[in-house]
Amino acid sequence: MATDVKAQAAAPPARGWYGVVLLAWLVPGGGHFLLKRPGRGALLLASVAIMFLLGLMMRGAMFQPQTGDVLTTIIYCGGFLGDLAAGLFYLLTVWLGYAQPDMAGHVHDYGTKFLVAAGLLNVLAMVDAYEIAKGEKE
Amino acid sequence: MPKMNLSHFEAAILFALFSSVVLGVITKRTDSERLRYGVRCFAYFVVALIGLGWLMKLGHG
Repeated sequence: MATDVKAQAAAPPARGWYGVVLLAWLVPGGGHFLLKRPGRGALLLASVAIMFLLGLMMRGAMFQPQTGDVLTTIIYCGGFLGDLAAGLFYLLTVWLGYAQPDMAGHVHDYGTKFLVAAGLLNVLAMVDAYEIAKGEKE
Repeated sequence: MPKMNLSHFEAAILFALFSSVVLGVITKRTDSERLRYGVRCFAYFVVALIGLGWLMKLGHG
């Protein structure tokens, strides 16, 4: 009986997910913090933030959306969306004037990939927050 | 901001580490399952990294 009550108390309330997903985009892990999962939120925040910072420290380039042939469109528009998915980190970085040109060299190349990967990891975190908010997942 | 120079191996290991943390956190339902899954993902990343590294080295002759 007591365990039933405890399980019900721990069950996530089904709530509006728009705000959760928006916060999860702006602040990586923010959706989890809002849904009272601070430990998981902190791990997500740390992972995405460190990955983004490493990308900046390796002087990675930010993608700008470009169209042309199919491959160019996929790479540049996809890369831009990946960068944008890092939320406030991306917005602040651009706002503060970071504009690294695309340069040859494996370190710059890794930096560019780290910046995109940070955004893509945040997309996974947003999906997780969405599922928790919808009550589909604990 | 200081500039960082990482080797291919260091960059790939860091990528594997943070990706594994996120995959572990979002995938499973209990903390122990998450930890196990994250460690397993990291191990798979490292095995693939070393395997592909050797493949490229041997392929180059």
